[in-house]
Amino acid sequence: MRYKVEPGLYSLGSPGPTSPVLVSANYKLSFDVLRGDLAGIDAWIVVLDTRGINVWCAAAAGTFCAEELIERVRKTRIAEIVSHRTLIVPQLGAVGVEARTVEKHTGFSVKFGPVRSRDLPAYLSCGNEARPEMRAVRFGVLDRLTLAPMELGQSLMRFPAFAFVAFVLAGLTPGGVEFGKAWAGAWPLFALGFGSIFAGSFLVPLLLPWLPFRSFSLKGWLAGAAVNALLLHAAGLARGMHPFLIGACWIFFPAASAFMALAFTGATPITNRSGVSREVRLFMAVFIAVGILTLLYIALWKMKQWSVL
Amino acid sequence: VERAVKYLSKGVTLEFSTEKCDGCGRCREVCPRGVFAREDGAARVIGRDLCIECGACSLNCAAGALTVMGSRF
Repeated sequence: MRYKVEPGLYSLGSPGPTSPVLVSANYKLSFDVLRGDLAGIDAWIVVLDTRGINVWCAAAAGTFCAEELIERVRKTRIAEIVSHRTLIVPQLGAVGVEARTVEKHTGFSVKFGPVRSRDLPAYLSCGNEARPEMRAVRFGVLDRLTLAPMELGQSLMRFPAFAFVAFVLAGLTPGGVEFGKAWAGAWPLFALGFGSIFAGSFLVPLLLPWLPFRSFSLKGWLAGAAVNALLLHAAGLARGMHPFLIGACWIFFPAASAFMALAFTGATPITNRSGVSREVRLFMAVFIAVGILTLLYIALWKMKQWSVL
Repeated sequence: VERAVKYLSKGVTLEFSTEKCDGCGRCREVCPRGVFAREDGAARVIGRDLCIECGACSLNCAAGALTVMGSRF
């Protein structure tokens, strides 16, 4: 699959000297969405070389930038094609495009258009004015549900390693691993493992605005604790488990959901870097403590099982 | 209707100087989180705890009134 379009000047409909000039990235998906949203409008599109990356990410990475735009304006000779002097740059491109540099070097004034290309027709018909809601990045339930399968997939990749450890631990006896015992003891842990993944990588993205706390790891811990409680106590998985093992489950599984929720901060457009690094620093210490406590409880459980304790 | 999700805002590096602001309004134009409002011909920070530190405002503030440790790398 090719995800790039050739950088340069494109015409939509039959643009003339007074048609608007829009700037975009050369990620094929962005470009196709833009073309689709502008159906029936005559416009020029200046496509920058962002190596096939979307506007916001390319702006953050520095490829969707003033220098590239200045160069592209020069190469496409758009100044000789249109009679006006206005470039409409996607708002999210402002992370990388310093408007005054472009204005100084090209003679064009820069207007930042709406966040979403579907608002462009309304923006253009209002004389290049965006209503406040056109300027806001949203992270609605559909956006979050689009990301949830990606998160689930990433977390599920870790499941086999967890399942192996759970299986061995459940079957571990002083004489080696007993398979019958391993299976009987491991399947409730498998269920709890799936539960924690479901909570951290699906429920957190889905219920993000409604879960209490601003910290993603706390949201994840709560969702994980709720699912853990349901599985252990309402569905009865705790029946037949030694209290030390139940303790280990309570320490480990909600914390695992918290970890997955923390990883989700990187996939959202609403977190900030200082918050994420604070949260990561704080929770790394917690996660280490969780690991030590889980091991301790498992050791106690095994010693009880083997009548050492 | 869903409310805007707010993330941890303690430690957000956004700094704004009212004295330096020339009221051009560019910050309001570029901010994707509605952090700024306009009041008496100058910008005002009204949604600090919505800031995602993207850096668009500080890059485009010609008056040098805004700084943020952006996520631009």
